Amino acid sequence: MENRDIKFLNVQKIIDSHEGKVSHLIGILQEVQSDYGYLPKEVLTYIATSMGISPATVLGVATFYAQFSLIPKGKYVIRVCDGTACHVRGSEPIMMALRKELGINTEKPTTDDLMFTLETVSCLGACGLAPVVVADEEVHGQMTPDGILEIVRKLAPAASEN
Amino acid sequence: MLIKSHDDLKQLRQKVKAALDQEKMRILVCAGTGCVANGSLKVYAALKRMIEEKGLLTSVELVEEVSHEGIAVNISGCHGFCQMGPLVRFEPSGLLYCKVKEEDAEEIVNTTVLNNGIVERLLYEDPNTGEKIKTQDENPFYKRQERVTLRYCGRIDPDDIYDYIAHRGYRAISKILQEMNPEEVIKEVNDSGLRGRGGGGFPTGRKWSFAASQPGPKKYIICNGDEGDPGAFMDRSVMEGNPHSVLEGMMIAGYAIGANEGYIYARAEYPLAIKRMRKAIADAEAHGLLGNNILGSDFNFKINIKEGAGAFVCGEETALIASIEGERGMPRPRPPFPAVKGLWGCPTIINNVETLANLRYIINNGAGEFKKYGTAGSSGTKTFALAGQVQNTGLVEVPMGVTLREVVFDIGGGLRDGKKYKSVQIGGPSGGCLTEDKLDLPLDYDELMKVGAMIGSGGLVVMGDDTCMVETAKFFMGFVQNESCGKCVPCREGTKQLLALLTKITEGKGTEADLDLLEELAQNVKDGSLCGLGKTAPNPVLTTLRYFRDEYIAHVRDKKCPAGACQALKEYYINPEKCKGCTVCSRVCPAGAITGEKKQPHVINVDLCLKCGACMEKCKFGSIEIR
Ligand SMILES: Cc1cc2nc3c(=O)[nH]c(=O)nc-3n(C[C@H](O)[C@H](O)[C@H](O)COP(=O)(O)O)c2cc1C
Ligand code: SF4
Ligand code: SF4
Ligand code: SF4
Ligand code: FES
Ligand code: FES
Repeated sequence: MENRDIKFLNVQKIIDSHEGKVSHLIGILQEVQSDYGYLPKEVLTYIATSMGISPATVLGVATFYAQFSLIPKGKYVIRVCDGTACHVRGSEPIMMALRKELGINTEKPTTDDLMFTLETVSCLGACGLAPVVVADEEVHGQMTPDGILEIVRKLAPAASEN
Repeated sequence: MLIKSHDDLKQLRQKVKAALDQEKMRILVCAGTGCVANGSLKVYAALKRMIEEKGLLTSVELVEEVSHEGIAVNISGCHGFCQMGPLVRFEPSGLLYCKVKEEDAEEIVNTTVLNNGIVERLLYEDPNTGEKIKTQDENPFYKRQERVTLRYCGRIDPDDIYDYIAHRGYRAISKILQEMNPEEVIKEVNDSGLRGRGGGGFPTGRKWSFAASQPGPKKYIICNGDEGDPGAFMDRSVMEGNPHSVLEGMMIAGYAIGANEGYIYARAEYPLAIKRMRKAIADAEAHGLLGNNILGSDFNFKINIKEGAGAFVCGEETALIASIEGERGMPRPRPPFPAVKGLWGCPTIINNVETLANLRYIINNGAGEFKKYGTAGSSGTKTFALAGQVQNTGLVEVPMGVTLREVVFDIGGGLRDGKKYKSVQIGGPSGGCLTEDKLDLPLDYDELMKVGAMIGSGGLVVMGDDTCMVETAKFFMGFVQNESCGKCVPCREGTKQLLALLTKITEGKGTEADLDLLEELAQNVKDGSLCGLGKTAPNPVLTTLRYFRDEYIAHVRDKKCPAGACQALKEYYINPEKCKGCTVCSRVCPAGAITGEKKQPHVINVDLCLKCGACMEKCKFGSIEIR
């Protein structure tokens, strides 16, 4: 138990900062996810125990919202907007080019070396610049298939340096 | 600094206004999401630094004494014309520069700031006439607009509460606390004819009166900033560009129904909007404009922010409430309506961001002024997010009742890249697709309802003749199927089947019988679903079936996609007669599918081709075709 507490010290801190309120579960999960990069199963169990709610409740919330991921994500997350505006201005070819370049697909959105994860989002609210891609937190407008490959290729060597 | 009374507020306004009047010139650099993505913050920093070096910068802190006539450099919210960003506007002249880069700062300072000249190359060029346009007012994109909700969005610094106060900020709440009781506020809003801007178009005053008549003491105001509709970004722009107007709107609503606490539910995809709202709340609290005994009255109000976590259905009122309570965002049957039994069982009013941002105008100017805009049944203005295959994309605010044609052609400048108009998708996944013969329809809640579409939150996506309407219907079905919460069978299973049918058709495997099945199933989903998501999900299918039936027929009968858009039904090939062998295409092809010698016709290997179209876009000789 001692070990476990130390292991989840940060998680507990997050829970405490929300005074353990069940109504803050989504916010707690958001903070925990930004800490770990994803929501590991054992952490979800810990949260449930610590907050005195059933693991099913926590899992239910964690799987309901698109923002939460139960599997690890790559170091760089590439989010291609596939909202209406981006769709009609060609977001699909961008995704196809990325999938091919990175050797991933919708079932397996993360590269084996955990370098890249490809996600689609339904509108980033920058529709005027469609098609929009967020690569490593940076918003790129008026993207093209070869343009995104250039960005990805620039990120990759940078990644191997550290 | 605490603002403890109406007099304090008034004095502060006078003081900051006096400071503003000292400004000889104000330079506004757009710091909305679009412009920031294009590097506007660097432009801002460069301009500010240079002007400071010349000793011309006025104090950024408006409340500090300003001793000389100077120049102010400000960030602002979205000016609307995002596609031409980063935008830089000058006041009072109204001069507007587009696509400004950091490197341009020096020339701007030397020419425009110091010598009142114009940097020609930064002016907007009307793509239809080639004319260079100097000021915002002369720009066809802005000319027909009427900015009421967005009046100060793009003109004030969203992070500066004093700038808001200088522009009559918090005067509406001050006015009602002094002069009006809650019933009078509700009556004013009722008289204004304001209808909810979040989609349904329900009269705001009427909704409030339900909640107002409920027993207290605990009631809530929720600001719906979920903006789940893909292709819509009005709410984001208001939250980013004038966050205090949303807070003031919530306070007005709170006073009207007797609530003393509010929540802003904002989507997690909008980090900048959330940041600006948080800052606005903190500043309002620090000045005593939120909290207890606001402006010395006995009105208390507190505002919290809840970040959404990515679920379209959470925009629905009861789901939103469940989400704030920390649960999965699943809709509940209504009644009881939230106005009676909402957040934590208390009477709750949920209003859209834009609805709330309209309130200060109504209170400050009276219902009559507001009603001067719009139509008899839909008063006021509406902001639309104009996007898709249109020349000028961006945020547009027009009086209700203008026609789609005016928006798409006069403001939007018509279609881009020489495409032909095909349709406008309005109202997002709940809306419909409108054909050319509907272009003269006035944009009005009831008129659109008549043709099976809706204003919705205001997304307007223009589609050209290379957009396939079957594919578009499939796209929306994919979206709602993905977002269905799964609570009721017609929505959960029905949308899945609709998607399967549409996919089959776009792959050229559909039959004519499938079209009837599609229509029947769509009707069933509409009738049998619990919440608005399922009830409106079939709208894009039904309207496209209605207005573009021949396109469906072409897919099922001739196995052809007339728009050349459906992946499975198209093949790229290079016309050897036209190809000059310039090698451009093989260099952009992300799949390495194009081979050929220099100066010799190239060929596409169809097995490798991803059908991305990049080659076709780049070929200067029009040699690449779809068959
Ligand atoms: C599936 C679904 C999604 C919705 N999404 C939003 C939204 O993102 N923003 C919004 O303001 N209203 C949304 N609405 C409408 C709201 O439920 C609600 O009617 C509105 O926020 C009320 O505010 P108003 O009266 O000011 O328009 C949605 C409705 C449904 C059924
Ligand atoms: S209609 Fe769809 S989204 Fe709405 S409650 Fe039913 S399953 Fe959920
Ligand atoms: S870009 Fe056009 S002309 Fe040039 S090689 Fe390709 S197909 Fe031929
Ligand atoms: S459509 Fe795309 S993948 Fe196919 S040949 Fe052209 S550039 Fe290459
Ligand atoms: S549709 Fe892509 S940013 Fe809105
Ligand atoms: S973000 Fe700058 S104009 Fe819209």
